[in-house]
Amino acid sequence: METMVITGTRKGIGRYLAEYYVAKGYNVIGCSRSAADYELENYEHYELDVADEKAVGKMVRKVARDHGGIDILLNNAGIASMNHFLLTPLSTVERIFATNVFGTFNFCREVGKAMAKQRYGRIVNFATVAAPLKLEGEAAYAASKAAVANLTQLIAKELAEFNITVNAVGPTPVATDLIRGVSDDKIDDLINTQAIKRIGEYRDISNVTDFLIQKESDFITGQVIYLGGVS
Amino acid sequence: MKEKIIEIISDAIIELNEELDYEELENVTPDTAIFGGESGIDSLSLVSLVVEVEGLVNDEFDANVTLADEKAMSSRNSPYRNVTAFAEFIMTKLGEEA
Repeated sequence: METMVITGTRKGIGRYLAEYYVAKGYNVIGCSRSAADYELENYEHYELDVADEKAVGKMVRKVARDHGGIDILLNNAGIASMNHFLLTPLSTVERIFATNVFGTFNFCREVGKAMAKQRYGRIVNFATVAAPLKLEGEAAYAASKAAVANLTQLIAKELAEFNITVNAVGPTPVATDLIRGVSDDKIDDLINTQAIKRIGEYRDISNVTDFLIQKESDFITGQVIYLGGVS
Repeated sequence: MKEKIIEIISDAIIELNEELDYEELENVTPDTAIFGGESGIDSLSLVSLVVEVEGLVNDEFDANVTLADEKAMSSRNSPYRNVTAFAEFIMTKLGEEA
């Protein structure tokens, strides 16, 4: 049974992925800042802040020890904030970068070590179409996810020698809490910039992660796959 | 504690050298050069070694240290330049945690 770590599993896409991969027979370990309000067989939940370097190291070492390694990492945890650039406090930018960039960095590095030891691993990070679309009102979020995309492409090179692939999926808007505060008009405008004009669904994301984590995808790394025909 | 850490590092180097087969690493002493200089290992081997030692140190001392350092790749000041420097670096990290 393969062991998979998914970050940000308390709700939204993370929770969906946890349920989806448990149902597919994976051993799933999730985390979020607060406790999960659900339980699943073959699912464990850790409470931590993904930006907390020490806490991430401790969790990953325990998971690797308990399960004899980690095969897959889905770096889903992310936060967003919509605001005009001129009205965005630096504290918001720091908070977004802490979760989206530093959290992704921490988990890639710590899980990467466990994967390097076993000379195998699949890492999927989470980008967004807001970055290539240069979406107004999402400066901090898009910049943080652009950093994630570049980090993905760069560490894909550094980890290739350990037989670890690192890719990213870039979702369009999906109906989750992340876009709860965004007006319908704004979402419609965004969807109209996509080649395929519909809101994203959870299955669109798991379809890409399924492909990227399969053993046969060992020649695919450093790729950012945007959904909806955005490039 | 230092002796135990040196033993951990030495064992990890010997294990790594089963693949590398470097003559300089056949007899590991506290002065053995690890990274940088003429006889050091390459950066990929260094990463493997540090990852291995980090796991062994955390298990041995029931600790939670991360052996990351911004001077890692410095040829002059790397904490991984030789066995003694590496051991002292680990002791500092363990001390910070205590």
